[in-house]
Amino acid sequence: MSADLSELYQQVILDHNKRPRNRGKLPTANRVAHGDNPTCGDQCSVYLRLVPDAANGSDRIAEISFDGSGCAISQASASLMTTQVKGKSGAEVDALYQQFHEIVTTGNAPEEISDLAAFAGVHAFPARIKCATLGWHAAIEALKGGPEVTTETHTD
Amino acid sequence: MPPTWKNVRADFPVLHQTVHGKPLVYLDNGATSQKPRSVIDALVRYYEGYNSNVHRGLHALSMRATDAYEGARTRVARFINAADPAEIIFTRGTTEGINVVARSLAATLKPGDVVLTTEIEHHSNLIPWQQAARASGATLKYVPVLGADAEGGLDLAALDELLTPAVKVFAFTHISNTLGTINPVAEFCRRARAVGAITVIDAAQSIGHAPFDVRALGADFVSFSGHKMCGPTGIGVLYGRRALLDKLAPDETGGGMVVSVTYEDARWKPAPERFEAGTPNIADAIALGAACDYLDSLGRDQIAAHDAALSRVAMEKLSTLPGIRLIGPRVGAERSGLVSFAFADVHAHDVVTFADEDGVALRGGHHCNQPLMRKLGLTSTTRASFYAYNTEQEIDILVASLRRTLKFFGAG
Repeated sequence: MSADLSELYQQVILDHNKRPRNRGKLPTANRVAHGDNPTCGDQCSVYLRLVPDAANGSDRIAEISFDGSGCAISQASASLMTTQVKGKSGAEVDALYQQFHEIVTTGNAPEEISDLAAFAGVHAFPARIKCATLGWHAAIEALKGGPEVTTETHTD
Repeated sequence: MPPTWKNVRADFPVLHQTVHGKPLVYLDNGATSQKPRSVIDALVRYYEGYNSNVHRGLHALSMRATDAYEGARTRVARFINAADPAEIIFTRGTTEGINVVARSLAATLKPGDVVLTTEIEHHSNLIPWQQAARASGATLKYVPVLGADAEGGLDLAALDELLTPAVKVFAFTHISNTLGTINPVAEFCRRARAVGAITVIDAAQSIGHAPFDVRALGADFVSFSGHKMCGPTGIGVLYGRRALLDKLAPDETGGGMVVSVTYEDARWKPAPERFEAGTPNIADAIALGAACDYLDSLGRDQIAAHDAALSRVAMEKLSTLPGIRLIGPRVGAERSGLVSFAFADVHAHDVVTFADEDGVALRGGHHCNQPLMRKLGLTSTTRASFYAYNTEQEIDILVASLRRTLKFFGAG
């Protein structure tokens, strides 16, 4: 197996693919958005329960889950994403996504980023970047209150 | 076998390279075929020797280009045994051809009419009919496919029920790009004729892989692409029976397709010009003619036999892999030169990435066949599709690669 390929399929990714966290519908959700990758048929729905955060005057993610089907990269990324954004506000999620986007497109991970750095190997496989970002796009769309997102309308 | 078969791999320059350090094993012929040297040479000869516009110029180069372009039309007519070269309309590909027919026929449809198609169509032979039905008020119906893995082919008993005199158009694929199923197209045409329905055949997957005779079939319209039959991208053919073509209004209007134009009106030329507005794709049409020559030098009946033999071997070897679900005709049953499969625990996208690392080019996804995927309870499959230059050794490389992938994911 090549170095690029073992870099892509890191242990963290294989683990999240085999044992996805926060998978399934969220009965208490007050936001949901669906993501599609029309190229390969990957799908991902993200369910959020947003609660007002009086201190900041914005909403925070109290609970989150996802479901869908897709490759190991897309499923592991959505799973890991749910663990990383819980408790965060929309602005904080946007900022984290910017860092994640940087990781998957350049392969460079900032030191303070831990688990998300596992996706650095994606940058060597440009066709797979959309797999890694699908769950994130759905989550961001759900935060915005949009119903559906397709990776074709994004540049990555 | 004719001597050309001995050197078939040598005819295709692109095959002789390594991918990720491994010899290229190109098994994505259902998406597009590779091009033989003779086709590439035809393009170079045109651009270097006589590039010029057709039908308009009175100078030497234009006349050469016109002769070559119209020669290609005649060559394609011979390739599918059309009665008249005027029945050959050059398009961009299968999709455009079907859209042209669907839009033109939509104007002749009315509420109460039925457009019949099948559950196994590529999106390109499905959405245009959805649009035609919507625009005209006609009803769209589907011939169901049989079996949990679509192994049973189309339901011919249901076809009898569905094919009533209300059916004005019956559109179907010759070979399923997802299943490898070969439809009994001659029988479909015969049954459609009995109720007066116009037949539209999607021949994208079959045209370069098996003999195809529009007159023996009695087909009304046939659409196919050049790039899946060793020709260039961007060129395709819509065959239409002359009597029908002359009744259809043009889909696009502009230069080259008119007899006379005033500020108020225009009169159309007959087919094929009335369907070829604007400067056509001259170079690629000429190279498509060269592709016809190449395929006939191999013999399309022999290509079909070669494809089927590779499929048979692939199905047998793939069926030994743990957790594999083979889609389409069962092991040993008739199928075209493609196999389609899914694993319980490894997604097609991951399979394709791992195979690529071994130099093996596969297709993973829904194959522009989302409703069928949904019916089968799948979101994607992995497809290996063969052509004249593929070998049994390449199938062994594929199977070994799949075994490694399954092992990596703990599924082997």
